[in-house]
Amino acid sequence: MQKYTASNRPGSPQSRGALSIRNVSKVYDPEGVNVMAVDHCSMEIAPGEVCMIVGPSGCGKTTLLNAIAGFHSITTGEIRLDGELLCGPGKPLADQGADRIVVFQQGALFPWKTLAENVAYGPMVQGVLSKRRAIEKARDMLAEAGLGDFGDKYPGEVSSGMARRAEIVRALINNPRVLLLDEPYRAMDALTKAIMHEALLEMYDRTKVTIFFITHDLEEAIFLGDRVYVLTTRPCSLKKVVDVKIPRPRNYEVLTSEQFRLLVEETKDAVHEEAIKAFQLGERELA
Amino acid sequence: MDQVVTPVELPSVIKPSPTGLQRTWYLLKKSVRSPSPYLMAAGLFLWVLVYWLLCEALQLPRFVKIPGPVTIFSEWFSPNPQQGISIFTPEYYHHIYVSCRRIFIAFCIATSIGVPLGLFMGWSRTFREYSFPILETLRPIPILAWVPLAILMFSGYETPVIFLATLASLFVTTLNTMLGVQSIDEAYFRAAGCLGSSRWDVFRHVVVPGALPFVFTGLQISIGVAWFSLVAAEMVSGDFGLGYLILSSYVNGVTVPMVIGMLTLGLVGWITSAMVRFVGNRLMQWHARALALQGR
Repeated sequence: MQKYTASNRPGSPQSRGALSIRNVSKVYDPEGVNVMAVDHCSMEIAPGEVCMIVGPSGCGKTTLLNAIAGFHSITTGEIRLDGELLCGPGKPLADQGADRIVVFQQGALFPWKTLAENVAYGPMVQGVLSKRRAIEKARDMLAEAGLGDFGDKYPGEVSSGMARRAEIVRALINNPRVLLLDEPYRAMDALTKAIMHEALLEMYDRTKVTIFFITHDLEEAIFLGDRVYVLTTRPCSLKKVVDVKIPRPRNYEVLTSEQFRLLVEETKDAVHEEAIKAFQLGERELA
Repeated sequence: MDQVVTPVELPSVIKPSPTGLQRTWYLLKKSVRSPSPYLMAAGLFLWVLVYWLLCEALQLPRFVKIPGPVTIFSEWFSPNPQQGISIFTPEYYHHIYVSCRRIFIAFCIATSIGVPLGLFMGWSRTFREYSFPILETLRPIPILAWVPLAILMFSGYETPVIFLATLASLFVTTLNTMLGVQSIDEAYFRAAGCLGSSRWDVFRHVVVPGALPFVFTGLQISIGVAWFSLVAAEMVSGDFGLGYLILSSYVNGVTVPMVIGMLTLGLVGWITSAMVRFVGNRLMQWHARALALQGR
């Protein structure tokens, strides 16, 4: 049985997954009133980078993610993945594809499929593997992620932490170029969150996939990320980029280190300022 | 004062959950120990007692003409029924058989048209916009209002009756299926999209299973509605069947077969919806297991 590792993937891991967002703006038009969600936002994300997007609630982070995934169109600017145009002038909506996979805030494992069937879904519908082979590979990958005993369970029967982990496995089996995570650990308690972080880091060290991770938890951002992008409140644009030079592999001891504390301090002011602005704006979040 | 605490013995080994026959036996034992079977028996007894008091013991003025429970049951289980219908007469089974056959045909037609129709209406906005207004106009028309049209359109006894039963359950099935599709969380469609699904994959793996809980709720209602409209139709046009039995007994002034017909109808209707529920739980293990975890 062929094992799924970073070394036998097509192309060297570091050569794929460069995401460039150039001057992207998004204007929503609900009921004839224009609302600007994203305002000339630009960022260059290197292949294999863990990119953490931090910003106040409702600032337009998810809008950006939806544009990359192809769920929503953009108004101006362009987004490229490894140089290929995803969306831009003349093509406002990106095609949805298995090279950019989203892990959703509320979790979107199909409740009518077992964990193994869920993980096997991507390769099966893309015609990459036969159903039987896809299930076999799904079981292997679940076992690698410590979910070996849960392949035959339905998502409703496992804890939210397990379900979220299985959802990340369901994404990784497709060997995506970018993993898009939309506040995946938002509703979890601090202890579960800590376990999920270590699992994600372990998974990242194995695959080195580019990660686009939305959060509003600053410590989470610094602990997981290579770079933290702080966004302004709506309309969102880039406010500050913080490089996190803590060496990998990281573990929870990092959290008490002086370096970590300084990074939090450096970022906190920028985030706090925007949070106050967002609070004073007091508007409801956009979808 | 000294408090005496009785020590509770904990099992030394946690046993795995039982399956199959063992599980059924365990559930049976558990239900015998809970109050619910006794409450059910007591409730049934109370209702029959009130019925008996009203009709046979006290013989209150408005209830004199209605056969009481003793009369009904002694006739129902008598080998020589005085009014012609009991569990020993072949005619009784023929009425049941005719009604069940009509329900079966009507339910099959309604399901095989209604479910796909509802799925497509929920899935495709264009298709919904074409068909929804027509459905919503036809749906509020009571089934009894269709009777003359059905008799004009179809010949014989059988087809108009089946047509009416089909029509009633078709609307319920279609509407519930459509709502089922619309109730599916947008995130599942998005997830399916970014995992590389074609439109057909989305239909097969998201739309159909996602709508299934609503579909089966719809089917349970639809089989009830089918019985309802079948009896109405048999009363107007028919030669056999439980509805025909009830009405013809009334017309001929034999009230006991009328009540036997009503009770039989209730029992058969209950069994058919239990069958639909059983099939639903079989097909939706994920749903049944999730409900079981919530203690339902």
